[in-house]
Amino acid sequence: MTTLDIPELSLVVLVGVSGSGKSTFARRHFRPTQVLSSDAFRGLLADDENDQTITKDAFEALHYIAGKRLRGGRLTVVDATNVQHHARAELVKLAREHDVLPVAIVLDTPEATCWERTQERPDRTFGREVVRRQHRDLRRSLGSLGREGFRKIHIVRPEQVESIELRYEKLFNDRRELTGPFDLIGDVHGCFEELLSLLAELGYTVERDERGRVVNAVHAAGRIAVFVGDLVDRGPDSPAVLRLVMGMVAAGTALCVAGNHEAKLLKKLQGRNVQVRHGLAETLEQLDRDPVDGLEPFLTGLISHYVLDEGRLVVAHAGLKEEYHGRASGRVRSFAMFGDTTGETDEYGLPVRYPWAQEYRGKAMVVYGHTPTIEPEWVNNTICLDTGCVFGGKLTALRYPERQLVTVPAVREHYAPARPLAPAEPVVARALDLKSVTGRRHIETGHGTMTVRAEHSAAALEVMSRFAVDPRWLMWLPPTMAPASTSTVDGYLEHPTAALADYAAAGIDRVVCEEKHMGSRAVVLVSKSADVPSRFPEDGASGAIYTRTGRSFFGPEMTEELLASVRTAVESAGLWDELGTDWLLLDCELLPWSAKADTLIQQYAAVGAAGRSVLPAALSVLSSAASRGLDISALQARLADGLSDVEAFTSAYRAYVRPTSGLDGVTLAPFAVLGPGFYDRDHGWHLSIADRLVAADPKTFTPTRRLVADPKSPADVAAVTDWWLSLTESGGEGMVVKPYAGLTVTGERGLHQPGLKCRGREYLRIIYGPGYTEPTQLARLRQRSLGRKRGLALREHALGLAALDAVASDGPLWRVHELVFAILASESEPVDPRL
Amino acid sequence: MLLTITMTGTPETPGTDLGYLLVKHPDRVHRFDLPWGEATVLFPEATPQRCTAALLLEVDPQALAETRKDAAGQLNRYVNDRAYAASSLLVAAMNRAFRSAMRGSSKDRPELAETPVQLEIRVPVLRCKGGPAVAERLFAPLGWVVEASSIPLDEQLPEWGTSRYADIRLTGRVRLADALNHLYVLLPVLDDAKHYWVAPDEIEKLLRAGDGWLATHPERALITRRYLVHSRALTERALNQLATDEPDSVEPEKEEPDEKRKPLNAVRRAAVLAALADTGATKVLDLGCGPGALIGDLLRDRRFTQIVGADVSPAVLEIAARRIRLDRLPDRQKARIKLIQSALTYRDDRLRGYDAAVLMEVIEHVDEARLPALEDAVFAHAQPGAVVVTTPNVEYNVRYESLPEGSHRHGDHRFEWTRAQFAAWAGGVSARHGYRVEFRGVGDDDPEVGTPTQLALFTKEANR
Repeated sequence: MTTLDIPELSLVVLVGVSGSGKSTFARRHFRPTQVLSSDAFRGLLADDENDQTITKDAFEALHYIAGKRLRGGRLTVVDATNVQHHARAELVKLAREHDVLPVAIVLDTPEATCWERTQERPDRTFGREVVRRQHRDLRRSLGSLGREGFRKIHIVRPEQVESIELRYEKLFNDRRELTGPFDLIGDVHGCFEELLSLLAELGYTVERDERGRVVNAVHAAGRIAVFVGDLVDRGPDSPAVLRLVMGMVAAGTALCVAGNHEAKLLKKLQGRNVQVRHGLAETLEQLDRDPVDGLEPFLTGLISHYVLDEGRLVVAHAGLKEEYHGRASGRVRSFAMFGDTTGETDEYGLPVRYPWAQEYRGKAMVVYGHTPTIEPEWVNNTICLDTGCVFGGKLTALRYPERQLVTVPAVREHYAPARPLAPAEPVVARALDLKSVTGRRHIETGHGTMTVRAEHSAAALEVMSRFAVDPRWLMWLPPTMAPASTSTVDGYLEHPTAALADYAAAGIDRVVCEEKHMGSRAVVLVSKSADVPSRFPEDGASGAIYTRTGRSFFGPEMTEELLASVRTAVESAGLWDELGTDWLLLDCELLPWSAKADTLIQQYAAVGAAGRSVLPAALSVLSSAASRGLDISALQARLADGLSDVEAFTSAYRAYVRPTSGLDGVTLAPFAVLGPGFYDRDHGWHLSIADRLVAADPKTFTPTRRLVADPKSPADVAAVTDWWLSLTESGGEGMVVKPYAGLTVTGERGLHQPGLKCRGREYLRIIYGPGYTEPTQLARLRQRSLGRKRGLALREHALGLAALDAVASDGPLWRVHELVFAILASESEPVDPRL
Repeated sequence: MLLTITMTGTPETPGTDLGYLLVKHPDRVHRFDLPWGEATVLFPEATPQRCTAALLLEVDPQALAETRKDAAGQLNRYVNDRAYAASSLLVAAMNRAFRSAMRGSSKDRPELAETPVQLEIRVPVLRCKGGPAVAERLFAPLGWVVEASSIPLDEQLPEWGTSRYADIRLTGRVRLADALNHLYVLLPVLDDAKHYWVAPDEIEKLLRAGDGWLATHPERALITRRYLVHSRALTERALNQLATDEPDSVEPEKEEPDEKRKPLNAVRRAAVLAALADTGATKVLDLGCGPGALIGDLLRDRRFTQIVGADVSPAVLEIAARRIRLDRLPDRQKARIKLIQSALTYRDDRLRGYDAAVLMEVIEHVDEARLPALEDAVFAHAQPGAVVVTTPNVEYNVRYESLPEGSHRHGDHRFEWTRAQFAAWAGGVSARHGYRVEFRGVGDDDPEVGTPTQLALFTKEANR
């Protein structure tokens, strides 16, 4: 048995003359989809695997596909003769472009055997000279494969072919099996005292050797420390830091990636010529006094980046862009240790670093150091933990997965910085790119992947960019809501029995029925003070009040006036402290409807005006005709019914008209607290917060009447029905039924409908027309199909939850925005507007 | 919906002859099935002195929604007035119920059918686009005395004012067939909406019903345009056919602008082109290009080798493409121009690498709070060599007599700036992004309030 070791992610290049058995080897050891054969590509392009005239195109196509596979992180095998240097050079280049290791497997089959096999194949028409030439090329190549860049070279002799076994080896950076929890620690730079304080703060207990030197630290809960590199230089005691970290790494209580300072120290120790600058002199002098055993092997063995926790966490000293995660190449290592530099130097003579994090869109959290800043700041799910301890700043750790920062201040400025510490550059990180919202998009929500069509994105772009509030305020948009199943109760299109039956069928045993306010849906984002948290724009506003399409309800003055009332109520209800937040995102209805929808209501009013004018005129014509003895009683009856319908229609819209002047008469009916992070609470909690706001300021807030029920209990169904009838018969719009457990409850088929509306019989006249209750019309309306609307409601709900989740976990702005944008784009889907 | 026609009798002609003319017996009820409802003709009064025929139409709104599957059909699914207001539906019912009367033929009273009679026509609810005065303008030239009264939107909410409907009463001595044809054409024209898809044969219908009166009607342009649902191609064809007898009778759509007083938008485009010429730019962006007025100018100027028109509205881009006849441009011309959807509040890589960008009357359509995003997208990301920005000078607004004090020149303007405000913004932008800025006035220079439009020309400083 011969074992060939192959890195899990590599480009495997088979090398061998025609007839050497490459294809047979590939078939035996790899999946068919992993193998790209030049013969197969000739066949694809020219219908003939032996058509040599197509060779150039065939290799172009093969390289293209190979590139796509490697970009996707898939092992790829190239089955071609590859006996010539130029053919292999192309493949090595391809592997490097995708930062995977090139591996050569040479099938060293004797030329005679190859010729014998070639002759047996009727489709091979070339002569022995070809095989002989290939063999010559191969012999010449064998010695140079390593120089060409192949990281592993396996030569398979004919006698071994039958007993080969492949063994896949993980890359050194692949530690996905370690799931933490971790404590990631920023650049230490020899600040031993601060490191000890930080470890104590994090809950580690130190262990000392017989000479009293700290050589290990252990966390009782088994947490693992991860050092982001730059342990040494500039600071007072690099040897002690090295001794501790080396001990922890050896004991398995820590991981450490290589920083640029470790790389330089190693070079120096290896006797290579380096400039002794940037604090290296101090380290060398300290090591002279206090040598550290095993230092050189430790530094040699440092890996430049780690992929941890099933791929969810990446640690590299200077950060790492997504294409490089889990890859291995010189440029990956260089990026991980030195970052991406633009080639320029700044006014202090330091290299200008390219802001890779601002373009980062990967799923994995990237934690790094290298660039000292005053405060760590999340940029697109990446964070730099270098807070300049050695320059008198502080030493920072990040608890993972808690995302909690722990810091200890520097005891003093140990070293004067070449350039003053600067806050992280925030501006560019917040600029949104058109590419991240337009075109056909597939968006992962955690509840499935949602597709947004390009034309819907295009329509949303216009609304978003012309009318919506700043994307930093726009954290969420209300999803559309589907009605309950169509009722069969006589005279009703929508009825509580159907709504409750829907949830009973979905297996939900507790629902809350909330009064549906007839107003305009409003999302209220309010900051605790006018000095808004840094995630929000500094445009003078202290929050936003926006519609379901993201448009501000009011001008800046009225917005601030209403926000001030909300803020005061939150304050006097004691909610800022109790909820531990300095901003809140509230889902509300803004009342009355006429405050913002006057023009819409007037369109309804026009219909009423026309009906109330023409029908009496017609009835008067009919009554004259009837007095002449014409038999038109049925027609008279129909028109009389029509008149009473249009009168009912008129009273239906009139119920939602209330005079307002400025904010006078405008109120908010909150029913959910969505941010930060409260969106998974049950509706009892949400409504209790709403009640406290109403109690704090009954002028600004309107209460939401509600009834909690078991949808399977006949008594509860009867009680809900009575309640709904009394609500709707006194002019109420209807109710919304929601699973009591909240927005995030899921069943066997994923998310439940977050709410089903059940609208009142009279209200529906505004939607379906004055005479919709007439039995034949009602019968036809009952054919309405709800599937599309429900699908849309669920998709938008999933997008909305993902947006709230991204907000709660301090996700990057582009992520929140792509989700919110997708909700708006989904609204362009053609769905019956009456649902 | 309802229409009544009353004929006053004379000693020679009893009112009840109306029944003969309409071919409807006054003592019977006449019903007609229509695809979207049912029509009834009956006579509430029938005496020798006065005889009234009523056409009553019951519309089934759901059946109506089914008849059209296109956008208008979608609209019909909303609650609408089609069951109540007179419209093309009523006209279709007339065509069905009074067909021979509309032709002017009568088996029983052939002479009467050719004679003007005293008529009173009432349409209790008619949507009058443009107000009741339009009804007067349309019917009065045809010999009718018009009474049109607006219907209130909601009598309980008087502050809402009047609705778009009027109660119309027409009286006059008119031949019945003419009266019916007047209604046939003018009711849908006043309503300005049709329930069916308008095909080219609509022109024939119009010319047939308008025979003898439309060609000399002072409002024939309005009538034709609305009857042909504002289709420019159909309207031109119809007006040309109407004009064959009187070649000079077609009025120009708008007055020719005075050569000396070029309209402000033309002056502004010229100023922008002059500024672009000063920069020497050949690759230019028209950001917020709108329907493409400037794009046309740029295309005509051969020094511009690459032109990109960007706008956030796909609909507007389509209009721009049609206006410059994009699909018919020769290849070499077409290669110079690209129309793309973009939004100035987002960074767009496609806008990088140009010599100059124009934002003509664009920034005032962006909320002031979003201007930093626009600044980032244009000056920090796209970074053209030069940027030309024009925007209204609000100080000049006092010179527009029709503009109420304090209101903007356009409903969508989010702000209008004084010269000082514009200068402050432009100065900040140029300092932040390494541009030099120069200001120019556009239009008449008023010693007190300056020019109506202000222009800033930003030029990127070479070493940045």
